[in-house]
Amino acid sequence: MSGELFFIFISALLVNNFTLALFLGLCPFMGVSAKVGTAVRMGGANIFVLTITSIVAWFLNTYILEAAPYLRLISFIVVIASLVQITEMAIKKISPTLFRELGIFLPLITTNCAILGLAIFQTNRGYGFWEGLVFALGAGLGLTLALVLMASIRERTELSAVPSVARNMGLVLIIAGSLSLAFMGFAGLFAS
Amino acid sequence: MSPRQTTPSEDFLRGIWKENPVLIQLLGLCPALAVTNTVANAIAMAAATFFVLMGSSILISLVKNLIPNEVRISAYILVIATFVTLVDLILAAKFPVQHKDLGAFIALIVVNCMILGRQEAFASKKPVGRAILDAGGTAIGFTIALLMMGTFREVLGSGSVLGYPIFGEGFEPWVVMILPPGGFFTLGFILLGLSWWEDRKERGERPQVREWPHGVGSMTGRGQTGGRRVA
Repeated sequence: MSGELFFIFISALLVNNFTLALFLGLCPFMGVSAKVGTAVRMGGANIFVLTITSIVAWFLNTYILEAAPYLRLISFIVVIASLVQITEMAIKKISPTLFRELGIFLPLITTNCAILGLAIFQTNRGYGFWEGLVFALGAGLGLTLALVLMASIRERTELSAVPSVARNMGLVLIIAGSLSLAFMGFAGLFAS
Repeated sequence: MSPRQTTPSEDFLRGIWKENPVLIQLLGLCPALAVTNTVANAIAMAAATFFVLMGSSILISLVKNLIPNEVRISAYILVIATFVTLVDLILAAKFPVQHKDLGAFIALIVVNCMILGRQEAFASKKPVGRAILDAGGTAIGFTIALLMMGTFREVLGSGSVLGYPIFGEGFEPWVVMILPPGGFFTLGFILLGLSWWEDRKERGERPQVREWPHGVGSMTGRGQTGGRRVA
């Protein structure tokens, strides 16, 4: 059992990294990855929302959606939207600085594919409570890892002589591609 | 919205190229990168998105006066989620192969920022006819971007188009192009190409605006460029 959980964790963290292998959560990846500090905080907010989403999705799947599976998508999105709203209010209360820094990207977690993607993957793979929780933690840490790596690289490119054609998102995408290529190396981690 | 009234053709054409959702505004990147490893997948994704965008734009434009301002975003998302559920069920029933290939990304159309963006920026403020034009233009723009990426990736990654081989026996496919990094690289190179093209266009216009020292134009944003042209 614990071996299984570890497998799920490492798989979500590295092998099937949400951002670099599955293209989930690209909006914050492109948008808030200019500074390492902001990237870490955004990652934290994501881990938080992902974990809660996993628990709620498990609850909905187990107790409510049995009777009406076609309402799954609609109920997930409603629950996620309200969760993000609550998170936003909590962060505003606890850390106004963080709230200002995250800016528009906090409400945008609602339309962050990673959150809904997690709920859907978890459902499709039939994860139980603990499996879902570990999956969410791995995915959240994976997102944070990708964000921080990206932000560190971008901080350096700020100071270097980048050709003028690459001054916008083109460069970021090429960097993302290289990171993704590097993460593909983890694919051989498990023989499955 | 700009105070100036837009013409119907502007509403339609804007989304196709000038404000292309993927290539210019960088919205809806998740599907654009994730399911463009073959042309067939790109087409299926574009068609599904077209349906959802068109349906929700029409519906929201029709009921825009009934939606209270405070809960409008949630209302839009609910409408979009309904149409996505429809697409999901239709695809599962009629095109099971595509449904399986696209997998979770069908459900993830809900969180495509492009669709929500059009509702907030356009369909909730304009009459139905205009909303249809705008949704059509945006969806065509999205389709163009997806087809561009799908073709690029399938040709290089598998040496085929829609499953038909186009190169001879000797072609060694660049497998990386159909894997995740290929998605990033393809869009990256397309964006680099676009900005190179824009730079060239600007350089062609530069002789009339000599008073700006060399390099200033390339460091400033778009707004500045626009101002410079007027001057």
